[in-house]
Amino acid sequence: MAHESTYQPGSGFERWLDARLPVVRVMHDQFMVFPTPRNLNYWWTFGGILTFMLIAQIATGIVLAMHYVPTPEHAFDSVETIMRDVNWGWFLRYSHAVGASMFFFAVYIHLFRGMYYGSYKAPREVLWIIGVLILLMMIATAFMGYSLVWGQMSFWAVTVITNLFSSLDAVIPGLGTTLVQWIWGGFSVGAPTLNRLYALHYLFPFVILGLVILHIWALHVPGNNNPTGIEVKSPKETVPFHPYYTIKDGFALVMFVILFAAVVFYAPNWLGHPDNYVPANPLQTPPHIVPEWYFLPFYAILRAIPNKLFGVIALLSSIAVLFFIPWLDTSKVRSTSYRPIYRWFFWAFVLTSIALGYLGSQPPEGWYLIFGRLLTAYYFAFFLLIMPVVGLIETPRRLPGSITEAVLGHAEESEATSPPVPPPPPPAQQRRPAEVL
Amino acid sequence: MTLVSLMRAASFLLVLAFPAAALAKDQTAATPEAVNQEPEIAHQDWTFAPPFGTFDNAQLQRGFQVYKEICSNCHSMRLLSYRNLGEPGGPEFSPKAVAALARQVQITDGPNDKGEMFQRPGKPSDHFRSPFANEQLARVANGGALPPDLSVMAKAREGGPDYIYAILTGYTDPPTGFKVAQGMHYNKAFPGHQIAMPPPLSDGVVTYTDGTKGTLDNYARDVSAYLMWAAEPKLEERHKTGVRVLLFLAVFAAIMYLAKRTVWARLHRHDDAPHTA
Repeated sequence: MAHESTYQPGSGFERWLDARLPVVRVMHDQFMVFPTPRNLNYWWTFGGILTFMLIAQIATGIVLAMHYVPTPEHAFDSVETIMRDVNWGWFLRYSHAVGASMFFFAVYIHLFRGMYYGSYKAPREVLWIIGVLILLMMIATAFMGYSLVWGQMSFWAVTVITNLFSSLDAVIPGLGTTLVQWIWGGFSVGAPTLNRLYALHYLFPFVILGLVILHIWALHVPGNNNPTGIEVKSPKETVPFHPYYTIKDGFALVMFVILFAAVVFYAPNWLGHPDNYVPANPLQTPPHIVPEWYFLPFYAILRAIPNKLFGVIALLSSIAVLFFIPWLDTSKVRSTSYRPIYRWFFWAFVLTSIALGYLGSQPPEGWYLIFGRLLTAYYFAFFLLIMPVVGLIETPRRLPGSITEAVLGHAEESEATSPPVPPPPPPAQQRRPAEVL
Repeated sequence: MTLVSLMRAASFLLVLAFPAAALAKDQTAATPEAVNQEPEIAHQDWTFAPPFGTFDNAQLQRGFQVYKEICSNCHSMRLLSYRNLGEPGGPEFSPKAVAALARQVQITDGPNDKGEMFQRPGKPSDHFRSPFANEQLARVANGGALPPDLSVMAKAREGGPDYIYAILTGYTDPPTGFKVAQGMHYNKAFPGHQIAMPPPLSDGVVTYTDGTKGTLDNYARDVSAYLMWAAEPKLEERHKTGVRVLLFLAVFAAIMYLAKRTVWARLHRHDDAPHTA
């Protein structure tokens, strides 16, 4: 939220630096006194958690890169060397692998929070679009990172996903094949493929970091949305970011890290696939090729479409459609809490996404395929039909006049209606002995 | 011993079973109801179960003995070195015993100054010697199939050590009407129930020196635990570190929660006038 700078350089050096590079001023204005709505709930803490996860992934990843060898002959073994012979290698590697899952877990909560509270609506469209770009880059980075292990699932996931581009042969004969061979750097997934996946896996996190900085910048121009979806109307409705939200985000982060640590130390392979502990073998296809859990909904959508080209288009559209929801949603009300019809469709969408995740892990046949198609239809209908239409026909609930009314008014009300003091218990000596016992 | 090992030298179609089944549907179609049965992998109690579990050194030593005398005739463990056998959190053989175990094998080294490869006794730093010089030799000796490397086997199958135990104890007579193909063996735990590896263990094939009974069940349990250690040699360190980390985080979370309450209480006291100062 735009506000007057309140930074006072405290020393001669700070004045000198402030006149040349006002970095301390920016930190002070944006991360210390930044006016933040006072009613943000814990769903808003995932932004901070995600920043932590990105830094954690980069930190563990850089050390892993010092020991990893990106060649088909040595990739699998070098990962095992990290697990066995590198100091704390098992911790770095499991933290990085589980960290990817935790990163997606947090980003999906963050995304659903943004959708529920209408955080993508004006004036936060650019903020939202940068967020979707970050999601796209995360998907690419995670996919490439998974391939580096060079186990059976790694290898065949790369084969299946890169082969999707060959569907372009249906548009211009030869185009897809040429593109796939260009991506592979050869006529099959091999050494050049692995090497470039490694190079890009190292590059993309820093692109994400740049996008995250833009994402935070775009957040700090209009300021935070909040659970009521009503704009901040007076400074009384905000608190400075520090200490109020540093401490709240900090507490949430520690709780999140407890979950993260529990998985790293006690179930590090829980979210992985046993087949990826079998070294890659180009001559032998695993019985079921499944991606990591965080890609399963998209995988289900891909396989729901009988035509390869249209399946790929549906896969890409399922993420690309997110770019357009600031304009697909026609409602003037941000928060789903005040939208009596839309809220049902919203929760149905959340359940659909989870159900698609389950279906993505199952073979695409029989009822799995039928439900996969029905839910894929709902997935797209939610964005393309429900969002525009419900916004037009729905009568929202009465919005509170302000954040103060929504939060403090409610609080005063509950004070007034607090339950009466219960009558004091009868003195002990009046009780019968059996009761005392 | 050599006769026994020769008899045991067989193929392990594990890694080939699935595409083979897909290609040769007509073979399996004879008994579809039996094939479609989910293999039964019973959960076992292990000393290394999270969150506080540790390996039983004596059990790992026995498991290594089973591997050395039986499994290693066909299965390599190329990611392990003899020195690992003496490291903390494992079988913890004494340095002397490790050196002696390593010396028992002949390692091909070289080339020497004359440009020739030569044989020498193993050292603790050597990787486990593989039973076959290369994949082709392993296949020729095993009817065309490759016995898989066991280094991370306990993590490479659904069920892990439970699966290994179930396979090793899963050899039974086939149900009536189930046709077992030439050179295959019925195993109730194996996907498709037809496994190329002949029953590797039976009561008394390994002589334990620590008084543990030499039963099939004990062998299977011990070697499964040993393979779990081989796949996850830092498991004990991980469990121990995890307890400390989680204790620290629990205290940290409590402090953060109290600090958060204290800071936010300022707002409820209505003495929060200079918000944005």
